[in-house]
Amino acid sequence: MMELALASGIGVLTAAGVYLLLRARTFDVILGLTLLSYATNLLIFSAGRLAVGKPPVLRPELAENLQNHTDPLPQALVLTAIVIAFAMTAVTIVVAMRSRSDNRSDHVDARKPGCDA
Amino acid sequence: MNHLPVLPILIPMLAGALILLLERRGIIVQRIVAWTSILALLVVAGLLVDRAGEGGLSVYLIGDWPARLGIALLVDRVAALMVMTTSLLAVASLLYACANWDRRALHFHALFQLQLAGLNGAFLTGDLFNLFVFFEVLLIASYGLMLSGGRSLRMRAGLHYVVFNIMASTLFLIALGLLYGLTGTLNMAEMAARVAADPADQAIIRSASAILLIVFCSKAALLPLYLWLPETYSRTPAAVVALFTVMTKLGVYAVLRVYTLVFAAGAGESASWVWPWLLGAGVITLVLASLGVLAGRTLRGTVAYLVIASAATLFIAISMHTGASIGAGLYYLAHSTFVTAALYLIVDLVRRQRGALADRLAASAPMPQRTLLGLLFLIGAVSVAGLPPLSGFIGKLALLGSVPADQVWWIWATILITSLMTVVALSRVGSQIFWRGQNDPVDPATTRPTAPRRLEVAAAIMLLGFGIVLTVAAAPILDYTAAAGAQILATDEYLDQVRATLPLLRAPSP
Repeated sequence: MMELALASGIGVLTAAGVYLLLRARTFDVILGLTLLSYATNLLIFSAGRLAVGKPPVLRPELAENLQNHTDPLPQALVLTAIVIAFAMTAVTIVVAMRSRSDNRSDHVDARKPGCDA
Repeated sequence: MNHLPVLPILIPMLAGALILLLERRGIIVQRIVAWTSILALLVVAGLLVDRAGEGGLSVYLIGDWPARLGIALLVDRVAALMVMTTSLLAVASLLYACANWDRRALHFHALFQLQLAGLNGAFLTGDLFNLFVFFEVLLIASYGLMLSGGRSLRMRAGLHYVVFNIMASTLFLIALGLLYGLTGTLNMAEMAARVAADPADQAIIRSASAILLIVFCSKAALLPLYLWLPETYSRTPAAVVALFTVMTKLGVYAVLRVYTLVFAAGAGESASWVWPWLLGAGVITLVLASLGVLAGRTLRGTVAYLVIASAATLFIAISMHTGASIGAGLYYLAHSTFVTAALYLIVDLVRRQRGALADRLAASAPMPQRTLLGLLFLIGAVSVAGLPPLSGFIGKLALLGSVPADQVWWIWATILITSLMTVVALSRVGSQIFWRGQNDPVDPATTRPTAPRRLEVAAAIMLLGFGIVLTVAAAPILDYTAAAGAQILATDEYLDQVRATLPLLRAPSP
């Protein structure tokens, strides 16, 4: 059940992200990228298999195997991915705002308002 | 312990941080730090090539963790050659920028060093997630370099570039998540062993690695994914785009590294599945890019298609997948990086002499610096088209010589016909810019263009000079690249070496 919920969550986020990414306004595109990065983070997290209530660090009273612990590496990878995605969203917002003020349009192709699709 | 392999990453990273701290002290201090860093980088690259040339493979464990747990750097002949090419290219780009551009672009020197750190890291790493991190480092620096001081149209091209690359990075992460879930490791050599040992999941491993392939091919501008390149590169400042020419080669390098190592001959069903696809895509891209060169309406657009064509030629070389063809491809890689960078610099100099006409391909009144720029353009064009006697000819000759007999007819035909198309296109460009319109009245807008600065011309000459060195020293360099091609195919050695390298200070964990 947990797998189904997580997989559906990833699927819905990806679908929404792709839809927004294909729209013509930079704001929608940035939101789409954000949703896609959430979906990716969940996917990487699930690469370590889903387990409830197991610690990612070794504990002396438990045998050192994956029956008693969760895989810590995907969690570290997700942390890196989250940081990079945040930074990239910030960069995109700055570029989009600058493009909007220079080109007087937040269309991704920077067309003048009124003649865009 | 020998820390040489990590220096090409550490030196520019420290220099970049130092430059940020010293930015208030003026441009001279920044230039001193930048040049010190880059000269140190050249020395280190020379040592790496020297050491790799002896045939050894060195593995460096970052933080002294064993390779299967931590991050390993991997230095072989190919990686050393790429670091050397990048350092040489960076010298010329920095020289060009120091003429004037670095005063106008905010944080230029710091970003430039970080970009170098990212490039070198991506060439040296032996770990897939680390490859992602260094891709991000160099991409973030490249956004800054491209957009610093930019306005309107450059911002639009920049937005496309940024969004496209974030998409590619997202796909990269998806592929990594799947591959880690399937194989339980991110070290490339370890992953190769686990792919070979896991016949049940071959199909899904192949699908995950296909996602990864899309990412690398979008960086390398292969067939359906090259549309971003002409516009982006045309809007990027010349000193920066000269360094960017190595970024498409990074995509090719990543494909070569990952798919040779992970899907080696021993990988069962998935062995070498990728190469027939890449060969076809490379041939079609080469034809389309050459048509793009023929159809170019601006100078920078024409050079952008030359960059795509050179990456496509490299894909053809690596996907024939013999030691000889990879070796020829590596020689061609160094040659094409230098010559396309040189053409970008020359075209920028020409563009500034033409006033309002800029880089559109149309006859104009005579340029003041016609002889010098015309001569530089001629050398660059001869070299990039593959006419004798320059390095392009030797590269293409070695490549044609390495084609397996059963594929000769169509690969020879493609490469020779596209070379002819390039020659035709570049002759047209050259005659239109340098010869036509000599009797036209001088346009008042272009009467007093500033002469190119000496440093800028020197940078262009330096890049063409690298090509001439490649021509004169062709025999030893071809020996080196052929040995590199043979080395990268001997994948068992990589796994042995990665496993044999043990932490020095830390007791091995269970």
